[in-house]
Amino acid sequence: MDFHPDALFKTLSDPTRRAIFERLARDGELTVHALTGPSGVSQPAVSKHLGMLTRAGLVRNRREGRETHYSATPQGLAPLIDWVKLYGAFWHDRLDRLESLLSRMDR
Amino acid sequence: MTDTTQATRSVIIERDLPHPPEKIWRALTQDHLIEEWLMKNDFKPVAGHSFNLRADWGAVDCQVMAVEPNKTLSYTWSAYGLESVVTWTLTPTSTGTHLRMEQSGFRADQQQAYQGAQGGWPRFVAALEQVLARIE
Repeated sequence: MDFHPDALFKTLSDPTRRAIFERLARDGELTVHALTGPSGVSQPAVSKHLGMLTRAGLVRNRREGRETHYSATPQGLAPLIDWVKLYGAFWHDRLDRLESLLSRMDR
Repeated sequence: MTDTTQATRSVIIERDLPHPPEKIWRALTQDHLIEEWLMKNDFKPVAGHSFNLRADWGAVDCQVMAVEPNKTLSYTWSAYGLESVVTWTLTPTSTGTHLRMEQSGFRADQQQAYQGAQGGWPRFVAALEQVLARIE
């Protein structure tokens, strides 16, 4: 389980791949067929995206009969997440809004 | 990484605001005002009160820890496996108020603790990253 952030960023830089990942994270385990339906992307393209997501550690798969079932492994995002940095930005933004609100309040 | 699992880090933001503590206290403790700058909520300034902060990307579970009107307010902040505490401190100054926000309890091992891994938190991270992008 030794992944490089660069590969993760590259994998997530594609909006179709992000959509597939979000769908799996939201809906649980799905087959390529189920994923292809609403995406407007061909089945071979979806399979290719799933391959990249799998190599990046964001998706795992399980074979059952002739079907492969895919599910999200969001913990693969761990190398990207720096809570301190993210919350630092979050609070700066919210305190800007607080200041704006205070300037609109009477007293 | 060595010996960092027990280490905690904090986010600390301090601002000098040209408003009296009483006014800032209202913005920090009245639910309809909190909603304007932070998130939708059912906050009450009562120690022990449990409340949620809600956004389109999910919810934060909180409980009020300490309330000292116009001076300090602290509550727990639990979201997506992160267990932390947010503490607000208001100090009067000659020009208004020195406001300090500290969110503490970021442990290195919580980077892996994604309890809420059911789709909401990637959007939460995306929302935070949008904020980050606007600032940097």
